[in-house]
Amino acid sequence: MSDQSAPTPPPKRNFLQSLEVDTRLLGMIGAFFVVCIIFNILTDGRFLTPRNIFNLTIQTVSVAIMATGMVFVIVTRHIDLSVGALLATCTAVMGMTQTQWLPNLMGLELGHPMIPWITIAVGLCTGAVIGAAQGWLIGYQAIPAFIVTLGGLLVWRNVGWWLTDGATIGPLDQTFVLFGGISGTLGAFWSWIIGAAATVACLLAIWSGRSTKTKHGFPVKPMWAELSIMGVVVAAILGFVAVLNSYTVPSRVIARDPGLFGCETADGCVAAYGLPYSVLVLITVAIVMTVIALRTRLGRYIFATGGNPDAAELSGINTRLLTVKIFAMVGVLSALAGIVASARLGYHTNDIGTLDELRVIAAAVIGGTALSGGVGTIYGAIIGALIMQSLQSGMAMVGVDAPYQNIVVGAVLVAAVWIDIQYRKRVGAKS
Amino acid sequence: MSTPLVEMKNVSIAFGGVRAVDDVSIELHAGEVVGLLGHNGAGKSTLIKMLSGAYKMDSGEIWIEGNRATINSPRDSRDYNIETIYQTLALADNLDAASNLFLGRELTTPLGFVDDSTMEAETRKIMARLNPNFKKLKEPVSALSGGQRQSVAIARAVYFNAKILIMDEPTAALGVHETAMVAELIGELKKQGLGIFLISHDTREMMELCDRVSVMKNGKMIGTERVEDVTEDDILSMIILGKNPKSAA
Ligand SMILES: Nc1ncnc2c1ncn2[C@@H]1O[C@H](COP(=O)(O)OP(=O)(O)OP(=O)(O)O)[C@@H](O)[C@H]1O
Ligand SMILES: [Mg+2]
Repeated sequence: MSDQSAPTPPPKRNFLQSLEVDTRLLGMIGAFFVVCIIFNILTDGRFLTPRNIFNLTIQTVSVAIMATGMVFVIVTRHIDLSVGALLATCTAVMGMTQTQWLPNLMGLELGHPMIPWITIAVGLCTGAVIGAAQGWLIGYQAIPAFIVTLGGLLVWRNVGWWLTDGATIGPLDQTFVLFGGISGTLGAFWSWIIGAAATVACLLAIWSGRSTKTKHGFPVKPMWAELSIMGVVVAAILGFVAVLNSYTVPSRVIARDPGLFGCETADGCVAAYGLPYSVLVLITVAIVMTVIALRTRLGRYIFATGGNPDAAELSGINTRLLTVKIFAMVGVLSALAGIVASARLGYHTNDIGTLDELRVIAAAVIGGTALSGGVGTIYGAIIGALIMQSLQSGMAMVGVDAPYQNIVVGAVLVAAVWIDIQYRKRVGAKS
Repeated sequence: MSTPLVEMKNVSIAFGGVRAVDDVSIELHAGEVVGLLGHNGAGKSTLIKMLSGAYKMDSGEIWIEGNRATINSPRDSRDYNIETIYQTLALADNLDAASNLFLGRELTTPLGFVDDSTMEAETRKIMARLNPNFKKLKEPVSALSGGQRQSVAIARAVYFNAKILIMDEPTAALGVHETAMVAELIGELKKQGLGIFLISHDTREMMELCDRVSVMKNGKMIGTERVEDVTEDDILSMIILGKNPKSAA
């Protein structure tokens, strides 16, 4: 409610208001840190080691990728219960494509350089087609998303089973498995390069945002606030790279093939894993989805439809086609998550992605996506996925049995939504 | 007389058994304000929603500038330069004023991304004309007062250079001052040659703003009269009795 007419002096603002950061974002990051610190104490410092942070990161990727799509689904007042099953069908298709269909039907030898890329293309198309079909049933045939995707949960989980005769498919292609995490990383040097490039890109983005505002004569935040935010961003990016780079490859792994790590011999060879490719995939997805949400018509229509479907319709938005697009997007993201998940295992298994739909929905909701529609952020969903994964890994490290883990995760989900509701009441936003 | 800007001929629509609009004909000329009056549920909003593309009529014809028009969706209606302020305002509550003003017609940068700052600047300009006290440009419209929301809806309708403007109770939530500004705006738009359908329950206001008024009751058109030819009492009795005293006389 700031007074924006030029002559009056700007009203006094407190520290956070000047920074103009989203307090909910701060709350989520705060919650994440609290979880990390508690587990770090409980595990005598084993939780916050470079190794565990690396593992946490790669374990989060698959759910986080799908959660970004779930944000759009929930924002438009739908739900998708089929993402885990869709993931399984996509990995089944991709597993069969690379190990059976391409070699046996198309005559490409195992290990042929085109195999992983054709496989990935086939997987992404499968996801898109299935997602679009579900979206068509929801948008054009007006069957509630809950029903369509509940049916999808049963159908796709078992189509995956049918395609593979229930067998585990693998080992998967050597290049394909690079997307899984530890087996495909950039190494220290390229991680720094990527980190530096990301830093520069973020600083430029912040700066160009500021100059656009100045150009239009809109109020901008004080320079010190802008600089502090830039400082935090730089520290976060480079800090993350530094942590991953300090996770060094164990000497026995290097001993197997020193050449892989740029050494002549295994003796005295030190190499770091650095950024995994799967994390780069997640970061790319996060950027693309955020740009869609904030800077494209598609994103604007998604949020408008979530806020008031009738108004969106009356404004000439084709909300049915929009529904198809959103579910197709989720399908593609499930396939992408399937690439990461099956590559991490090295196999397609029947139960891959089981219960992922619940983790994905929980991540989006913990990340502040309102089930009443119209509200949600991509970064929130990713932090939500991180919080969920930290809880689960942390409890496993502490030695909590799986049933108790689930009790805690379930309770945390409900508590997170309750806190979010209280927060919204406080700031006076209707949701 | 010249070709009417809009001509709705014998239009009907029913919802289930309710004949919400029953064989109604009405016309609108350029530079003219036609008022629609009638009880709650008379069918006024439904009639104009067939013109704005929100509803598809069951039967009847719409002619625009002498040509038969097919309006199957809000988008079609916009393509005929028809802009509508709905009684329910049709705003996306979670978005700010600028996003609502440009909803469905976002300004984009050369790369095709939505250009929020230009849209905000444009919104500031038009709001300065319509409601100079309006300052809450960054907030979602759910945080606005009823009148402020109405200003956003009006801004959206007048920004895009409509030829035909439909205003369904545009001043229902407005204060005295803001109502006067809307009245002034209507006068201005009329001078620019727009045709305006205006719906309101305020008979006196309608006598001042409109050139002709039409009265509906139970989905039927009771009659259309030039305001010079009737008194406020005539109008009131048309609304209440559902009979046109002039045609009876
Ligand atoms: N979508 C709909 N579905 C079913 N019935 C409807 C629908 N829209 C309108 N009606 C019915 O059509 C009739 C006319 O409604 P309409 O909204 O056109 O009245 P109105 O003259 O605008 O009244 P008001 O002055 O209260 O705005 C009413 O009986 C209403 O119940
Ligand atoms: Mg009405």
